Amino acid sequence: MSSSVVPVEGSLSAPLSGEDLANLPKRRRRRTPAQKTWSAVRYVLLVFFAVLVLTPAYALLVTSFKTPSGYDQSTAWKLPRVWSVGGWQAAWDALAPAMGRSLVMAVLAAILSAILGSLNGYVFAKWKFPGSHVIFVLFLFGMFIPYQAIMIPLSGMMLDIQQGAPWFAGIPTLILCHVVYGIPICTLIFRNYYATAVPSEIIEAARVDGAATISTYAKIVLPVSIPGFVVTLIWQFTSAWNDFLFALFLTNQNNGPVTFGLNALASGQNPNYPQIMAGVLVACLPTLLVYIALGKYFVSGLMSGSVK
Amino acid sequence: MKRVKRWLPSFLLVLPSIILVGIFVYGFIGKTVFTSLARVKTKSGRIKAPGGWANYSQLLADDRYQHAMWNLLVLTVVFVAGTMIFGLLWALLLERGVNGEGFFRSVFLFPMAVSFVAAGVIWRWLLSPAKDGQATGLNQLFVHLGMPGLQSSWYSSGKFNMAAMAIPAIWQLSGYIMALFLAGFRGISEDQREAARVDGASEFKLYWNVLFPQLSPIALSALIIVGHMSMKMFDLIYAIAGQSSYTAEVPATLMWTQMFQLNNPTAAAVNATILLVIVAVVVVPYLVYTNRTEKGGR
Repeated sequence: MSSSVVPVEGSLSAPLSGEDLANLPKRRRRRTPAQKTWSAVRYVLLVFFAVLVLTPAYALLVTSFKTPSGYDQSTAWKLPRVWSVGGWQAAWDALAPAMGRSLVMAVLAAILSAILGSLNGYVFAKWKFPGSHVIFVLFLFGMFIPYQAIMIPLSGMMLDIQQGAPWFAGIPTLILCHVVYGIPICTLIFRNYYATAVPSEIIEAARVDGAATISTYAKIVLPVSIPGFVVTLIWQFTSAWNDFLFALFLTNQNNGPVTFGLNALASGQNPNYPQIMAGVLVACLPTLLVYIALGKYFVSGLMSGSVK
Repeated sequence: MKRVKRWLPSFLLVLPSIILVGIFVYGFIGKTVFTSLARVKTKSGRIKAPGGWANYSQLLADDRYQHAMWNLLVLTVVFVAGTMIFGLLWALLLERGVNGEGFFRSVFLFPMAVSFVAAGVIWRWLLSPAKDGQATGLNQLFVHLGMPGLQSSWYSSGKFNMAAMAIPAIWQLSGYIMALFLAGFRGISEDQREAARVDGASEFKLYWNVLFPQLSPIALSALIIVGHMSMKMFDLIYAIAGQSSYTAEVPATLMWTQMFQLNNPTAAAVNATILLVIVAVVVVPYLVYTNRTEKGGR
């Protein structure tokens, strides 16, 4: 549809998807000595930067396996003299309830977001109505707003709802927020996906045959939607899991997600670094696993242009 | 009538989202702006907020707010420059294809999968300002590596302290910019490079005159994305500097303090509205522009 000049617009179209990044053939030419030198310099630089980026991860891992009692600031960068999983055990005990809440929240928020995104994306890509273009741009702006600008009325409204319905406090509140504020990005991902993956001719043909909007969606669009769903689910799962601002404004220690728990764990009076560092790793594990297992879809979501 | 029948069902499909976005985005923005203009008296009758535009001039004249704005400026400049430089550099190193490309790409991108809070927890330890004998984190590493001169008090002191706060942010997002640029490079056909070489262009000229100009739309969206993230950056600063830190304060964290510690929602609303206006001034033309070009290309 559009020549995707901008990643925000082009998310799943060919040149920008993670899959294509991975599958492109390597470009090789016969090389002169100067090019060989440059190639060596390039590897040295790449290894140097990789070490730089991995340094915090090294510090995390090493510290997490030290015994809390044997932890000594002066040997912080050295390997543990005694390897211990005590820090991991303590971190897990402290974070497990919040991990469970985060899991429920992120999974449900991702599923609901994907359903809404799919319906919206279908309409904005294939079955427009008068004014749909303006509404789409208004949706997109919602992706960029600083959440500070909506936080005060939002927390007021959520408090009001919780007064009538106490069960709504905590995770249900956060699910609602992640679904609502996920509408822009999810709509965008699906709209761009449908624009390239579903030929308009098929939709037109269905229209001529008198098929209704919903049945066209159910019979033609939905069956080819899986890649869009995968990208959206991963993206929304990751951003809901990683969110801290909504959690801080709208929940407390007893009903909040794991980012809240981790921050509380790390800001205690006597820092127990092996426990804190293990806590960081525990709290990152789900998103890191998603990233490692489904990296190319993660990158596709990334390319859709929104990082909350 | 027949026409309406044609589009009404699709409108109804989007209607729930329109209502939700209408209330939760635009309705709430309206309410925040309304709050920001309110006249507020304390119980004792002291005027806390004079109301109207005076609320804005009051906050803009406030030392603490100006300090937060300066911090935001330093943070944004260093953060945007840093991610763009590292992102472009890494993309340049990778774009011709190297052995282990997938590995390097994954390493550069992995911080994106980590939450700002988790990153903040580890970076608070890395950026610990104690030096020499007491040094921990990076300062200790520099001493170990025989480069004690690199030790710094990081974000905790100085006029440009927020430059240090940008380091973790650069660590998290450079990989993202790399992915954008890498995709851009891969989208340019090999023919153009060959043609330029046949014409006798040097590698430098090839990049400067042929490849970089084609990447400028990507550079623009990268700038917008990273720049607007800087405006709303909260988690990372909160997790590294602690709540209500003055030295590392930016408008986004100050808003939290105004709201919960100073109990002054009016000032918080003014602060938030200014933030929104700054973002909108940049983002709205960008959205209009990208959607125009799309319409033209159809």
